[in-house]
Amino acid sequence: MDVLYFAWMRERIGLPKERVETDAATVAELVTELSAREDRYAAAFADLSALRVALDQELSDFDASLAGVREVAFFPPMTGG
Amino acid sequence: MRIAVQEQEFDLGAESNAFADRDTANGAIVTFTGVVRDLAKGNLDRMEIEHYPGMTERAITKIAEEARARWSLGDVLVIHRYGRLVPGDRIMMVATAAPHRKDAFEAAEYLMDYLKSRAPFWKKEITTSGAEWVAAKDEDEDALTRW
Repeated sequence: MDVLYFAWMRERIGLPKERVETDAATVAELVTELSAREDRYAAAFADLSALRVALDQELSDFDASLAGVREVAFFPPMTGG
Repeated sequence: MRIAVQEQEFDLGAESNAFADRDTANGAIVTFTGVVRDLAKGNLDRMEIEHYPGMTERAITKIAEEARARWSLGDVLVIHRYGRLVPGDRIMMVATAAPHRKDAFEAAEYLMDYLKSRAPFWKKEITTSGAEWVAAKDEDEDALTRW
């Protein structure tokens, strides 16, 4: 699946998008996998209360299933308007 | 209904006129415009707005459709810019048309409340002392509970 990062998530991880091969069943499992990769991932995902997640461009939550999902995006709370 | 997510400036007068010309059946039109302001600090050089292409348009469309389901509305317009903006630049506008002003005002407020915290935009302020992502405010999230 494609994993996208926006705003300070993109800056901390150092890239806007990457292809991830994973067997993670939920967003939380994917976060655990990514966090185990490198310090920059662990730091970026340290406080999930400061993060939001979208699955296939719809806001979702960390308990959600990844079954059939093609695009996961992580980002801080939005500041539009 | 028109949703535009764009980097370039928009002409507030032309957009407002075109909106009013498209919807002549309704007696009330409300427009709101958001402008980049230099808060108390007085040292804002520019603002950079990032967004999530694809999701942004979907999220705004969903918000606008929800507004149309809740109020008796005619046309709805949302324009939101991304990229580099300087103080005084117009960031976004919404326009709502309705038979009566209460619906037009409330729907415009609803659109603004939801655009603030449910449309995937992120603002970064570049000041003379550095760059910082704008943090979401609790009150913006709280504003959604009134709807």
